[in-house]
Amino acid sequence: MKAEEGQHLLYQMQLIRRFEEKSAEQYTKAKIRGFLHLYIGEEAVAVGVIQALTDEDSILSTYREHGHALARGLSAESVMAEMYGKKEGCSMGRGGSMHLFDASKRFYGGNAIVSGHLPLAVGMALALKKQNKKNITCCFFGEGAAAEGEFHESMNLAALWNVPVLFVCENNLYAMGTALKYTHSILELEKKGMAYGIDSVAVDGMNLMAVINAANKAVTKIKKTGKPYFLVCNTYRFRAHSMFDAELYRDKSEVEEWKKRDPIAIFKKYLLQEKLTTEQEIAIIEARIESEVQRAVDFAESGTLESIEDLTKFVYSKKTEL
Amino acid sequence: MKEITKITYREALKQGVREALQNDERVFLMGEDVGRYGGAFAVSKGLLQEFGEDKIMDVPLSESGFVGAGIGAAVAGMKPIVEVMTVNFGLLAMDQIVNNAATLLHMSGGQMNVPVVIRMGCGIGRQLAAQHSHSWEPLFAHIPGLIVLSAGTHEDARHMLAKALKSPDPVIVFEYTSMLNIEKEIPVNITRVDISKAKVRKVGKDISIITYGIGVYKCMDAANELASIGIDTEVVDLRILRPLDEETILASVSKTHKALIVEDAWKSVSISSEISARIMEKIFYELDAPVLRLAGVEVPIPYPLHLEDASVPQKNDIINAVKKMLNHD
Ligand SMILES: Cc1ncc(C[n+]2csc(CCOP(=O)(O)OP(=O)(O)O)c2C)c(N)n1
Repeated sequence: MKAEEGQHLLYQMQLIRRFEEKSAEQYTKAKIRGFLHLYIGEEAVAVGVIQALTDEDSILSTYREHGHALARGLSAESVMAEMYGKKEGCSMGRGGSMHLFDASKRFYGGNAIVSGHLPLAVGMALALKKQNKKNITCCFFGEGAAAEGEFHESMNLAALWNVPVLFVCENNLYAMGTALKYTHSILELEKKGMAYGIDSVAVDGMNLMAVINAANKAVTKIKKTGKPYFLVCNTYRFRAHSMFDAELYRDKSEVEEWKKRDPIAIFKKYLLQEKLTTEQEIAIIEARIESEVQRAVDFAESGTLESIEDLTKFVYSKKTEL
Repeated sequence: MKEITKITYREALKQGVREALQNDERVFLMGEDVGRYGGAFAVSKGLLQEFGEDKIMDVPLSESGFVGAGIGAAVAGMKPIVEVMTVNFGLLAMDQIVNNAATLLHMSGGQMNVPVVIRMGCGIGRQLAAQHSHSWEPLFAHIPGLIVLSAGTHEDARHMLAKALKSPDPVIVFEYTSMLNIEKEIPVNITRVDISKAKVRKVGKDISIITYGIGVYKCMDAANELASIGIDTEVVDLRILRPLDEETILASVSKTHKALIVEDAWKSVSISSEISARIMEKIFYELDAPVLRLAGVEVPIPYPLHLEDASVPQKNDIINAVKKMLNHD
């Protein structure tokens, strides 16, 4: 790894972290409303997987998608403005935190029906195949989603049709407040992919280097074979499920234990050890992120609300010719 | 003397569930996060500790699977209360509800009963955007074989479930998540409600305001304001959306000769269109004015507050509509 590369990855993870800490703050000030699901603790997954993709590859995600959006290159401004419900947001303010979209960056949401986007990802990959394109579709979801019928149907279809999807299961051990062991009969989730004849690998999702290696391998393989691939990233969410969660279902000590494996701290240490960065450089990166996040808030604050006259916009395309 | 107690909508629901579990060995609650999390909306908080894992079952995210399993358990002699966190995820279970729950009795020539109760949170009002703000009562009310209830008041939130569990046929109960924290007074000595009937929540003579669910308190608020300027409205809470209590609706409109129907669901092909049609079919000549409907604007619900508010009828819209119908200025 080159120093520049390493520092960029650190920047991305740290940006996600700070952006979300700020979002939580803005939520308590009621600037952001609705549901807000934080990704804090899971940053290595989005950053590690998305770095393996090209701009031509498509990404779909869940309601816990700020990290994926930022790693994909959506600006902090446009994401914050979206959460403020402002017209300048990446979805014109219509979607909010759970529905970040940017078609120009092939970032296709932001889906808040658990597992709802998996069939969509298969279909998008099917289209790529039919169009003889070499790109892939990358689909992020939680382990909770892997209990849904749509997960199983999608795995089967993707394998049956040999389409280039990278399924990334972010196993953070809890679906809302229900632990993995209460929702899955088999805890090694990668076995579910194997059952469909899909190449399936589990990786330590708290370790960016491990995720990068696994994701690079996965993407190379998909691009070579055109077949689906299942990557399980074992990770942990440090924060509550959403801002409404009292966290009755887990011990604080468990969270503290996992915080010792903070992906950002681990990666920082790695960069320093490998002499790919210095404390001074890290301080510069952090200062840059501080101002970037502040700019995002300022941008959102000064954004505009859509007029009520436009309420029924975007229900049908401008020109619906039948 | 009427004894009154103050209670939140959440607590009312919880007491209903608790009572059901206490009263019948066959009753159990199953749903996502009902146990260890304490219920997505804290309705079942503490019940796992009180009743144990056998009665309070956390299930995986698998709406089709666990709703279907609830239907199966009902067929085989249990009395499951299946909680689908919100109606927004209810469509994943729609096949089980429509093709199994609603049809088994009929297909089996009357041999198989499905006494399942399916509770779903629903409604708009918390800035949860397009996928989490649905008012889908009409979708379910469309299905023969289902009984569809809508708990628009605290009293119904408290007592509907007991009645629903008495039904030999599948019951869908809609609960309104934006009302959970709202506190209201309910009478202590009323321990049952007649869920087969709509309920006139306010008697009046000038116009019938017909509504359900989230519309009930909105319409009552509007009615109280209208009363202060001398307009005497009657407010009908439908409460059972299938089968509709036509008798109560038609009696009210035959008395007032004017009908305004209010709902949050999208206007086309809705509960209000059904009621409007029935008024036209059955008592057209009783009407002094065309039926008017206030309903959801036909748009997926947007995230920003001002657009969300503009998507459904508000108290002032109701007041203005009534004034207009009565030519009051
Ligand atoms: C179909 C459906 N059912 C239920 C919900 C409510 N819900 C939202 S997130 C969630 C937990 C999902 O857990 P997981 O897939 O592991 O993802 P995580 O939130 O941990 O990232 C639940 C039950 C939903 N949004 N969609």
